[in-house]
Amino acid sequence: MFDKPILQIKNLSKQYGKGCLHCQNDGAQLERNFCPVCKTVYACKDISFDLHRGEILGIVGESGSGKSTLMKSLYFDEEVTSGEGYLIDYHEGKENIFSQSGQQLRWIRNTLLGMVYQNPMLGLKMDFSSISNIAEKQIAAGNRNVDNMVSRSYELLDKVNIPVDRSKEPPKNFSGGMQQRVQIAKALSSNPPILLLDEVTTGLDLSVQAAVLDLIKTIQREMQISMIVVSHDLAVIRMLADRTVVMLNGQIIEEGLTDQILEDPNHPYTQQLVYSLL
Amino acid sequence: MNKFPFAFLDEQSKKEIRRAILKGVAIPGYQVPFASREMPIGRGWGTGGLQITLALVGKEDVLKVIDQGSDESVNAVNIKKLVQNTTGVQTTIHTSEATLIQSRHRIPEVPLRSDQILVLQVPEPEPLRRVERSEFKTKQLHAEKEYSGAWLWLFEQIMRYNQTTQGADYPVLVHERYVMNPSPIPRFDNPKINDSDALILFGAGREKKIYAVPPYTKVESLAFDDYPFEIEKFEGKACKVTGLTNVFLDEMTDEVTGETYYVCNDTSFMQEYLEKRGTVNVR
Repeated sequence: MFDKPILQIKNLSKQYGKGCLHCQNDGAQLERNFCPVCKTVYACKDISFDLHRGEILGIVGESGSGKSTLMKSLYFDEEVTSGEGYLIDYHEGKENIFSQSGQQLRWIRNTLLGMVYQNPMLGLKMDFSSISNIAEKQIAAGNRNVDNMVSRSYELLDKVNIPVDRSKEPPKNFSGGMQQRVQIAKALSSNPPILLLDEVTTGLDLSVQAAVLDLIKTIQREMQISMIVVSHDLAVIRMLADRTVVMLNGQIIEEGLTDQILEDPNHPYTQQLVYSLL
Repeated sequence: MNKFPFAFLDEQSKKEIRRAILKGVAIPGYQVPFASREMPIGRGWGTGGLQITLALVGKEDVLKVIDQGSDESVNAVNIKKLVQNTTGVQTTIHTSEATLIQSRHRIPEVPLRSDQILVLQVPEPEPLRRVERSEFKTKQLHAEKEYSGAWLWLFEQIMRYNQTTQGADYPVLVHERYVMNPSPIPRFDNPKINDSDALILFGAGREKKIYAVPPYTKVESLAFDDYPFEIEKFEGKACKVTGLTNVFLDEMTDEVTGETYYVCNDTSFMQEYLEKRGTVNVR
């Protein structure tokens, strides 16, 4: 399973603001990840990790730790300040994805990545039918055959347990859990090797959360897809992730097998996080 | 003494509009921004088309203005009068006599020639606007040739109604590069833009954009492999006045009998046809 990583991220940084002499100094004193002098926010700083084929990587941390910024950067919603990324399915992992043109980034998004946002409004067109939402990625990937896209969308709707006879309803008519399932179907529609899940169960009630998590687990098992799961909920990470990284103030402070992180945390912050939530 | 310059606009404005037109011709289907002027008609009433017409019209030109296929609707007559009063050019209702044709909602039935220019008035030039509100983003999408939004809109229509239902402004791919809104002409007129002998210019005054399809340019209406592009069909229907079937027809209702009937939408074409046939003018 763990041969060459499907995704390698090296020293990814994302900052909001230009920085100043004070905060660009290596030993600078920051208020969390915020420069008190020039107000620059270091949302992600020198993030490096590997993702292997078929693996689920959990990213955990408190609000403001940089988890969502990292996900947005990986899906190119945010332009990274510096860093490198290599996808094994893109030029055999020899080209830095973050230095590609907008057109190439769009191609990578449409064919190699799937994204499920915490807020379905970001991932779905609420006034378009659910089936169009699912077909959007196939259209973007160049499919021009309607029947072909419809049958693929039906297949995915079935997989995410949404009745086909509701496929023409817009997601705005659906419950939060169903909207998340439509997002998952959309993310899978171009058969990407990597799925990014950003706080997918936040805001859902417990039974719906369980159903969505079961669904993700089933999809991973059946499709052998690699996933990066961001959550502040350790129960979600425990259920899904093979490996986990812990983020604090925009940096990775600890990483390892999920069991190891949750049962025997090393870093004082991780210990605090684990003991306060379990 | 005329208190307005020739063709209403000052020379600097005309130069700027001509430059935008030239750029549009050089990059078929690309929306060129321009500093749309205040005109003595309301925005949305053809100010974009009018500015192009005024920037291009010369003393020798013969002008025809049509609105929804009619030369005599209020908007067409007013635009015609404005151009005529500020230039003194001749006007006509006959398509074949005109050198400059400004139109809203139609391309004339009479095939255009290479010595003619057709100016279309455009309310919404952006084919991606229905799926993307931000102008900044649509510009980026055009630059990256990313038109899945336009395709998605057609896909949605097929999902809802089993066919593409967009009657007007049906998106086209120009010169295999830019997706373009061809102004609210019916689908019936889309094939006339392809490989046209005449230069076709598009002006959107409110949206401050000019774009062009130069003569003999490849223009394809977007269509999925298994849902080909189709123009409006008038099977079993004919113009009540001329008996013609191969033209774009308007559906009318007889106010007395309530009966539905059809007439040619292009009124000057209908009149020319009747004159040739020796029938009395019906207008």
